Amino acid sequence: MTPTAPTGVRHPASSGSQNPPVLEIRGLEVSYGYSDSAVRALRGVDLTLHQGEVLGLAGESGCGKSTLVYAATRLLPPPGIITGGEVILHGDEGPVDVLRMSDAELRATRWQDTAIVFQGAMNSLNPVHRIGRQITDAIKAHRPGWSRARRDERARELLEMVGIAAGRITAYPHELSGGMRQRVMIAMALALEPKVLIMDEPTTALDVVMQRQIVEQIVDLRDRLGFSVVFITHDVSLLVEIADRIAIMYAGEIVEQATADEVYRHPRHPYSHGLLTSFPPLHGPRRELQGIPGAPPDLQSLPSGCPFRVRCPHAMPSCARVHPELGPTALGEEQRSVACLLHDPQVRTAEGVELPASLAV
Amino acid sequence: MKFLGRRLAFYLLTAWAAVTINFFIPRVMKGDPVQSLINRYQGQISTEAEHSLYVLFGLDTQESLWQQYVDYWGEILHGNFGISFTSFPTPVTEVIGDSLPWTLGLVGVATVIAVVGGSLVGILIGWRRGTWMDAILPVTTFFSSVPYFWLGLIAISVFAIWWPVLPLGGAYDGGLIPGWSWEFVSSVLEHAILPGLTIVLASISGWILGMRNMMVTVTSEDYVTVAHAKGLSERRVMFGYAARNAILPQVSGFALSLGFVVSGTLVMEMVFSYPGIGLQLFNAIGGKDYPLMQGIFLIITLAVLVANVLADVAYVLLDPRTRQEA
Repeated sequence: MTPTAPTGVRHPASSGSQNPPVLEIRGLEVSYGYSDSAVRALRGVDLTLHQGEVLGLAGESGCGKSTLVYAATRLLPPPGIITGGEVILHGDEGPVDVLRMSDAELRATRWQDTAIVFQGAMNSLNPVHRIGRQITDAIKAHRPGWSRARRDERARELLEMVGIAAGRITAYPHELSGGMRQRVMIAMALALEPKVLIMDEPTTALDVVMQRQIVEQIVDLRDRLGFSVVFITHDVSLLVEIADRIAIMYAGEIVEQATADEVYRHPRHPYSHGLLTSFPPLHGPRRELQGIPGAPPDLQSLPSGCPFRVRCPHAMPSCARVHPELGPTALGEEQRSVACLLHDPQVRTAEGVELPASLAV
Repeated sequence: MKFLGRRLAFYLLTAWAAVTINFFIPRVMKGDPVQSLINRYQGQISTEAEHSLYVLFGLDTQESLWQQYVDYWGEILHGNFGISFTSFPTPVTEVIGDSLPWTLGLVGVATVIAVVGGSLVGILIGWRRGTWMDAILPVTTFFSSVPYFWLGLIAISVFAIWWPVLPLGGAYDGGLIPGWSWEFVSSVLEHAILPGLTIVLASISGWILGMRNMMVTVTSEDYVTVAHAKGLSERRVMFGYAARNAILPQVSGFALSLGFVVSGTLVMEMVFSYPGIGLQLFNAIGGKDYPLMQGIFLIITLAVLVANVLADVAYVLLDPRTRQEA
């Protein structure tokens, strides 16, 4: 865990969910493999990204974070198959479903509307091409009218923007440090001023200092250029710091969605609570580190009802029967939702339980 | 460049070692080439000539070994490899000069076709796995796993005997005078079809397999996914990102196989009685023709070394990481 605190970079510009949506994911389902042995990696995910917002996606390894963005951009490697749902991109020509685009349409929207910074800073750049060429070939593919000089000029400008000397445009990836390579990736992703920037654990391979610099840079660029960000990480403390809204994923589903601050201070799902008590806070009173007992479930043989119930300290008999859907919290807070039966008044009455104090702070 | 300089020094050392070994081999071997030559001419050579023959062959026992070695280097640097015993008194260089172009032309072109074709097929198979093209691989593997002489003989029996559309063997029609006439060139081409095709058929599967496997490895690399995500056209991703990186091992393999082109495919030249260097070497061994053997060995060694230099240069050009000072 990184020793970052939930204070620091807050950004008033991000009014978050009041803005119109740019990317809407509805009921997205993904399986790996066919037939009975298929692993259902995403089970009906709904997620909305608004303009100018930083949306954090958190969860343990294997919960489907990366699968979600790979599926939403149709970059899912085989044997991954999208089995249902839609991904609505609000482009310049109105909303379109990414999953139903032709290959040519898809190619045209890629990088233009959604750009991605991948997990491995080390492997995302082709070792045999100069970084300048790797930045400009995206421009070349989408701006066929631009001259070579103009493309190069843009590449230099982008490098300067992420704090790399423009002269390094002729460098090869192996001549750059890990942090610089990740900056090059960010520069490359911003080449066409995309509406949505997806960052899949962009700082995982970097040291803490570099992590912080990169994160600050992203926030800064977002404020200047106004794109939306989907930021994926298993590092919740980092998310709390930079995200406007956070969606917590568990076993291929979103279990809680709220503003970063609310998730951090008032988690409503037992899993979110567990995640947040797995790392020490730098500010505020000391609290005991608890972690989450058990291991993420096997997606091939999920338990009945709530997938989290076997690890949940508050599990009730109903949890084994009813699969919880995302819905309002027990406290009726606005703009947040949670998928837990404890927040359903009917279930609580039937079971004769109260909402645990830890989930009602 | 420092890297290339170091490699070059290494190759010079190897070349020196090869020449030196080449010098010593006939001197430690049993048998006396002069005696066997005299025996062959069955008394037509007078005994007075014996010593001059020793001198001529560079085997003058009255000279010290060191002096012989120095003389040997002198002769080699002047391009003089001695005189062939079997086709006495033709110089070895002339014998090699007559046969090398045939081998280079036929085996060289066949190798280039196999490499280019095999790599292209490998790129396509590796890029689109799970299509009908996957069936190409087992078929070509079959052809490379059958013994070459058998493949050649079957080809001859089918295309030259049962259905006589192509010549049985040789490099050109015996009745023609070598020259740049259309008649002669077309005859050469016609004679090259069967041996050339069988070489391609026998060697292409290695190139397909190598390229396909590298493609499979490279297509799962992050930078290929990034290239897709950038919205580049499929062709650009396939050639500019995947194949561009996957081809690197093929390049060194190709350069090495170029080196072996010079040694010719001995079996091919025997099956098709093609007048190349492999057949020449075979005859030299049969006729205890040491100077010719030595000359051919030397040429083969040098060719492999030159091919290695080429491979290094190509690699440095293609992969910027090798330019780094290690």
